[in-house]
Amino acid sequence: MNTLFDKIWDSHVVSLLEDGPSQIYIDRLYCHEVTSPQAFDGLRERGIRPLRPEKIFCMPDHNTQTHDQDKPIADPVSREQVEKLEKNAMEFGLAHFGMMSPDNGIIHVVGPEKGLSLPGMTIVCGDSHTSTHGAMGAVAFGIGTSEVEMVLASQCILQQKPKSMSIRIEGKLQKGVTAKDIALYLMMKLTTSGATGYFVEYRGEAVRSLSMEGRLTLCNLSIEMGARGGFIAPDEKTFEYIKGREYAPKGADWDKAVAYWKTLYSGDDALFDREEVYRAEDIQPMITWGTNPGLGMPVDGRIPMDAPEKALNYMDFKAGQQLLGHRVDYVFLGACTNGRIEDFRAFASIVRGKKKADNVIAWLVPGSWMVYHQIEEEGLDKVLKEAGFEVRQPGCSACLAMNDDKIPAGKYAVSTSNRNFEGRQGPGSRTMLASPLTAAAAAISGVVTDPRTLMN
Amino acid sequence: MKQKFDIIESTCVPLPLENVDTDQIIPARFLKAVTRDEKFFGDNLFRDWRYDSEGNLKKEFVLNNPLYGGVILVAGRNFGSGSSREHAAWAIAGYGFRVVISSFFADIHKNNELNNFVLPVEVSEDFLKELFSSIEKDPAMKVKVDLQNETVTNLATGSSEHFKINAYKKYCLLNGLDDIDYLLSKKDDIEKYENDKN
Repeated sequence: MNTLFDKIWDSHVVSLLEDGPSQIYIDRLYCHEVTSPQAFDGLRERGIRPLRPEKIFCMPDHNTQTHDQDKPIADPVSREQVEKLEKNAMEFGLAHFGMMSPDNGIIHVVGPEKGLSLPGMTIVCGDSHTSTHGAMGAVAFGIGTSEVEMVLASQCILQQKPKSMSIRIEGKLQKGVTAKDIALYLMMKLTTSGATGYFVEYRGEAVRSLSMEGRLTLCNLSIEMGARGGFIAPDEKTFEYIKGREYAPKGADWDKAVAYWKTLYSGDDALFDREEVYRAEDIQPMITWGTNPGLGMPVDGRIPMDAPEKALNYMDFKAGQQLLGHRVDYVFLGACTNGRIEDFRAFASIVRGKKKADNVIAWLVPGSWMVYHQIEEEGLDKVLKEAGFEVRQPGCSACLAMNDDKIPAGKYAVSTSNRNFEGRQGPGSRTMLASPLTAAAAAISGVVTDPRTLMN
Repeated sequence: MKQKFDIIESTCVPLPLENVDTDQIIPARFLKAVTRDEKFFGDNLFRDWRYDSEGNLKKEFVLNNPLYGGVILVAGRNFGSGSSREHAAWAIAGYGFRVVISSFFADIHKNNELNNFVLPVEVSEDFLKELFSSIEKDPAMKVKVDLQNETVTNLATGSSEHFKINAYKKYCLLNGLDDIDYLLSKKDDIEKYENDKN
């Protein structure tokens, strides 16, 4: 009780069903092309329109190609899905940031950078990584398509209130350890179902010290621990990040908003259903060796002796094996997890003045056009180009390989995305999840490398 | 899609794997469909476990084993983790499953099943273990799922367990109603909430 989660959730309850779910009011619905078409069909079948169209923003991201976006998508099925979203948005009067629009990008990158995701909001999208927006101090979670239809129809959703969990990371992060490593460490400790049924509040010195980009990465991965969502109480860093963004409140509205946002924290007497504490000093740069994100270890570690055989067979690894020095065929920087400007800065810091390894194919995919242009403004594109890398056009890309960016069967990828499931990055692909620093180190040396050895 | 739920008595398809994620239930390349074509999704349920890259049946996978069949899928713990894709629930429903039994379900997927009139039945590890062994001994054994009384029974051994479902969802399943019907009836409450907030 009296947690920030309670405050936000309880203030959005429209009604309570006896021994059932709560009817929760939703402040922001995002729609992408993959999980929305059937929901819009549902509206048509029922003969209804969205109740609050001004609260809904649509953009394609999963199918978009990461080169030549000015040309039509080659795959007709992908193209139809992307066009369908635009048609649905037009028909129902919803904002739509189309491919090649300067506003386009991955929903979970665009929402915060546009000032559309704000502290205290309830935010949903037909996408499990909606938890990302929790970094703004919002209650944000992924939903299914039937639930997208619910929100379109009524701006509400029926949900059982999750339990609350505090994850505290005390102390200071070590050199070469990023928000991604914190998340991979938590998954290793908690497993992919360890936080199922909970909404997580991340707290503690190491969490506070993260930039907004880092916080977005940490909250993004909440779902990989099974949590429905994860968030961080807003602070001055949050307000500073939001101020002046396109859809952020302005003038007197801004002052009013900040005054309210400052009330958004868990009270000293807050009672969580569960509390976990970890020490930042214990966290190393991480890498996964298995076929779910919980199967990870420190980058210089050894695969546990009790590793599940199915995962080892798929990855063609052995129990007890070290991954340092293992061949890497592909490197992917991007996704809603690590497709932000800070991730490109981190990657560039490692590859600056060096050359990409010949055996590595690297895909560097910004999370949005805004990130893309910032890369240019900061001159990072030149650093990357000199090192033999090309910056592609924004989208979800190889994270789930719905476009052409597929890792071939049997190939090893060090990937900054969020899932290493069998076939996730293409049928037969073998994914090792890691931070942008570790990905950059692999891209330079052509093998799994501890990024700390390449840092000054 | 919308169908009333009653007592279900059926043979089972066993999938004794843990952490079956929704990328395995339906791989991302099948998410491009813009309609809710249950047959399409059902045909591609567990696609990469069911077929090799040439499209040939993988005989060793349980869905391809003629010994097993029925409308109940029995899976290891943490079923449906990962992506929120409701296509996974459509694939399960489209294949013809009405019930999934596991010792633990991922949150979003569980809701997706309920919203598609597939009943997720959460049982104890012991019950699940016994059930897998009963099916192994006799693939023709049956399980009875009684939603009204919230019980699941292994008819081979007679073991029975209570399972949990909230009263609202139970009412929806028993009567073939969905959440949107309910929410549309609450428009006055929604407007009142909005006015109070402003």
